[in-house]
Amino acid sequence: MSEVAIPSESVVVRRRRRRRATPLEYGRKRWLQIVLALNFLFLYFPIAALIAFSFNDSRRNVTWQGFTFKYYEKAYNNAGLHEAFLNSMIVAGTSTVVSTLLGTMLGLALYRYRFPGRGPFEGWVHLPIVIPEVCLGVAMLAFFAWADIPLGLFTVTVSHIAFTIPFVAVVVRSRMAGFDESLEEASRDLGANGWQTFWSVTFPYMIPGVVAGALLAFTLSLDDFVITFFTSGPGSTTFPIKIYSMVRFSVTPEVNAASTVLIVLTLTLTVTAMLIQARTGRKIDTHG
Amino acid sequence: MDNPKPIISIRNVTKRFGSVVAVDDACLDIAEGEFFALLGPSGCGKTTLLRMLAGFEHPSEGDILIGGQDMSDVDPNKRPVNMVFQSYAVFPHMSVARNVGYGLRVTGVPAAEIKERVGEALALVKLAGYEERMPTQLSGGQRQRVALARALVKRPKVLLLDEPLSALDAKLREAMQLELVRLQQSVGITFVIVTHDQDEALSMADRIAVMDSGQVRQVAPPAELYEFPNSRFVADFIGKMNLFAGRVAGAADGRVLIEIQGMDRIAVPYGDQARGEIGVAVRPEKIRLAPTPPTDGEIGLRGRVREVAYYGDESHVFLETAAGVITANRPNAARTTTPAVALGDELWASWEPADTLVLTE
Amino acid sequence: MRDWRRDKLAFSVFALPATAWLVVFFTIPLVLIWVYSFADRGPQGQVIVALSLENYQRALEWIHLGIIWKSIWIAAITTVLCLALGFPLAMGIAFAPQRWKNPLLLLVILPFWTNLLIRTYAWIAVLRTRGFLNSGLEWVYDRIDGALGLIGLPDLLGPFQPLELLYNTPAVIIGLVYVNLPFLVLPLYATLEKLDKSYLEASLDLGASQWRTFVSVMTPLALPGIVSGTLLVFILSLGTYLTPDLLGGPDSEMIGNLIARQFGAARDWPFGSALSFLLLYAVFLFLWLRATVATRSKGVGV
Repeated sequence: MSEVAIPSESVVVRRRRRRRATPLEYGRKRWLQIVLALNFLFLYFPIAALIAFSFNDSRRNVTWQGFTFKYYEKAYNNAGLHEAFLNSMIVAGTSTVVSTLLGTMLGLALYRYRFPGRGPFEGWVHLPIVIPEVCLGVAMLAFFAWADIPLGLFTVTVSHIAFTIPFVAVVVRSRMAGFDESLEEASRDLGANGWQTFWSVTFPYMIPGVVAGALLAFTLSLDDFVITFFTSGPGSTTFPIKIYSMVRFSVTPEVNAASTVLIVLTLTLTVTAMLIQARTGRKIDTHG
Repeated sequence: MDNPKPIISIRNVTKRFGSVVAVDDACLDIAEGEFFALLGPSGCGKTTLLRMLAGFEHPSEGDILIGGQDMSDVDPNKRPVNMVFQSYAVFPHMSVARNVGYGLRVTGVPAAEIKERVGEALALVKLAGYEERMPTQLSGGQRQRVALARALVKRPKVLLLDEPLSALDAKLREAMQLELVRLQQSVGITFVIVTHDQDEALSMADRIAVMDSGQVRQVAPPAELYEFPNSRFVADFIGKMNLFAGRVAGAADGRVLIEIQGMDRIAVPYGDQARGEIGVAVRPEKIRLAPTPPTDGEIGLRGRVREVAYYGDESHVFLETAAGVITANRPNAARTTTPAVALGDELWASWEPADTLVLTE
Repeated sequence: MRDWRRDKLAFSVFALPATAWLVVFFTIPLVLIWVYSFADRGPQGQVIVALSLENYQRALEWIHLGIIWKSIWIAAITTVLCLALGFPLAMGIAFAPQRWKNPLLLLVILPFWTNLLIRTYAWIAVLRTRGFLNSGLEWVYDRIDGALGLIGLPDLLGPFQPLELLYNTPAVIIGLVYVNLPFLVLPLYATLEKLDKSYLEASLDLGASQWRTFVSVMTPLALPGIVSGTLLVFILSLGTYLTPDLLGGPDSEMIGNLIARQFGAARDWPFGSALSFLLLYAVFLFLWLRATVATRSKGVGV
C-alpha cells in the first residue's frame, strides 16, 4: 500500500484567502467607509427630507401622513410663483446667451494672446468669482442708483451677465489648456486659412468647454439670490427671491414643492450637460 | 540553489486582479546574499511579485516566507525588506539627510545613531556632503542614490529594486549597473531586482528568473539562460535568436535527426527524448558566413544577402535562405569603410551542430 | 501663445466686448462704492461725496468690531470643521477603486448644483422647533417615555421640550459647513489624486505606521491642496450673507449682514461701502496668500 495519498507539499500550501485590503486601499478601511457614509448623509439628508415632505399630505405635522401631489398643484396655481419662475427663465436665458458669447471670446483671447499686463488682467477677470457676493450686490445697487437706472429685470440681467462672464471664460480657457496647438499648425500647413482653421479645428475642440460654461452660467443665474436681491425691483421678482420671501418666517409644503421643482430642473440640466460634455469630449479627444 | 536556507521562499503564489491573473503559481527560492533578477516583458507580473514581497499586494493564493517567517499577516512596515522605487519616491519635502534618516526616525532609533548611520549610508553611495540638499536640487542619478541609501540604512535582509535604472540615460545606467554590483558585494545583502532589460539582468545578477504572462519560465544563472534556454519564449526573449520549426525524424547515439523545411536533414547532439514538432534555434553570433560551403560536420545553408545593418562594432547580416531569413552577426574586426558583405551576395551560413538548440516547449 | 500685436484686430474683437462689460458693470460699481466709503451720509440717507475716514473709524467701534470678530470666528470654525469632514472624504474618494471615483465625486458636487437658497432653507426645515430633527428626537423620547410607563414610571420625563436648534450661531456654522464642504473637498481631492502613491508606500516600507505616514508624508505633500481649500472656504464663509440671514439669530449677525443692513433699513451707504471694502481687503489678503502658496508649492515638484 505504497500508494496511500500523501498530499504533495504544494497541495498542502495551496489555500484560498479572503482578499485583504492592501495598505493603500483606504477605501476598504471600515472607519473610512463610515466617515464617508456620514458625510454623504450630512450632504443629502436635508435635501432628501425636503423633497420627501413635499409629498406629505399634512400641512403642520412632520410625521408622514400619506402621499399627495396637492402642494405641487397649489404651487402651480400660485400666480406669484408663476411670474417669478417666468422672470427667472428670462433672466437666466438672456444672461446665458450673452455671457457665453462674451465669456467664450474672452477665454479664447486669454488662452491665445500674450499682451502687456496679462497676469493682472487675468486676476481682474477672476475677481467677480471670488469676491463676496454681498459686496458685488451693494456695488451694483449703488451703481444703478448713481446712473439713475430703475431696478428691474434689465438691471438683474446685466448684473448676472457681469458675474457669469468670468466663469464661462475660466471654463473655456481651462478646456483650451489641453488643446494641442500643432493641430492648428497642421491645418494651416495643409492650406486652410485662419478662419477655416478656427471653425474646423479649434472650435470643435472648444465645444465641450462652451457647453459647460453655458450650463454653469445658466445654473448660476437661475440660482443666484444675493446679487438679484440687491438689483431687483418691483415686478422683477425671480424664483429664488420669491422663495426667500416665502421661507423667511415659515416652512410650508408649497415651498418644498416649488423647491423640489427647481432642484429637479437644475439637476436634470446639469446631469444632461455633463453627459453631453463627457460624450463629445471623449469623441473629440479620441479623434483629435 | 542548493542553499539549505533560502532567505525568500515564494511558494505557489498566485495573484489575481479581478479576472486577470498577474502572477500564476510562482515558485521561487532566493538564497541569502544572492543578486537575483526578475526579468520579463512589461505586464509579465514581475513587479506584482516584487510588490508582494514588499507587502503592498497580498497573494490570492500561496505563501511568501522571508527569513523562514510567513509574511501573510505582516504589514509592509514590519517586514525585514526595503525597496528602491522605480520613481525613487524620495520625499520632496525633506532634505537628503532627513530622507535617509526617515526609516530610522520612525522606528525610534536614537538621534546620535541616526546621524552616524545616515553619514555611513551616504558615504556608501558617494553622497557625503549632500546632507542638507533638497531633492529638487539633485539630478536623477543622485536621487536614486538617496533612495538606495535610504533603504540600505535600514539594514534590511533583502533589498528590493523596482526597475531602478530605467529612468537613467544610457551612460549613467551602465555605470550604475557596475556600482550596484559593487554595492551588493560590499554590504552582502540579498538584492532582488525587477527589470525588463536583459542586458541589465545578464550583467548584474547571479541568477535570473524569466517571467512571462505571470509564469516563471526559467530560473538560471545568466550564461546558462543565454546558452541553454529551456523554451522558445526564453530563447527569443534573451538576446537574438534564429528560430526554425522542425520535426524529429529519428535519434541515434545521443543525436536527434531533425527535418526543417528548406534544409537538408540535420543531426544535433541532444540528450533527452524528443519527438514530433520541435523548435530549432541558433544564435546569430554562432553563425559564420563564407562564400564556400562549410567543411564536414558543420550545418550549412545557402542564401542571398538581403540587408546589412551596421552597428559600428559589428554588422548584422540578413540572409534570405530556403528556410527563411536568418541573421548572422559579423564583428567588424578590421578598420575599413568598405563593407565585407554587400547586398545580393550569395553566401553560405554555417554553424557547429553543438551550437544548435533543440526546444521542445 | 502669440503676441497680440501680430493680429490686433482679432485680439480686440475677442477680448474687448467682455472687458468693456466687466469695466462698466463690475469695476465702475466697485470704484463707486470705494469713493462712497469716504463720503458722508446726509440726513435723509443720501450720499454726500467727501473725503473723510469717519466711516472706517466707525467700523472699528466696539459694536461693529464685535461683529467683524464674530465673523472671523465663525469662518474659522467653519473652515476647521470642513477640513475635519472633508479630509477623510477627499481621501476616501482619492483612494477608492478607479471606477468609484467619478460617481463619488459627482455625489459631492451634486448638492453644489442645487440652489444655495434651497439648501439653506432645507436646514431650516431640519432644525426648526417642529423640524425633522426635533420630530425625530420627540419620537425617540416618546418611545422611552412609553417604556418607562410600562415599567411603572409614567411621566417621569415630563413632556418633550424641543431643542432650540435654529436661529443661533451653531445653526449658521452648520449651514456654512454644508454649503462650503465641496470647495474644500475638490482641491484636496485633486492634490491627493495626483499624489504619487509610491511616496506613501516608501514611507510604509521604511517602517512608518499608517498614522505616521499620514502625518509625515501625506499631509505635507497634500499641503497645497489643504491650504488652497481651507483659504477658499474661509474667504467664502467670511463674506457670506444668506446663511446667517436665514439660519442665524439676532446675535449671529456677520459682516455681510451688517453691510446689507446699511444698504437696506439703515440707509447708510457710505458706512456700508467702507465695510464692504474692509471685507474686500481681507479677501484680497487671503487670495494673495493662496496664490503665494500655490506658486511656492510648484517648486516642490509634487
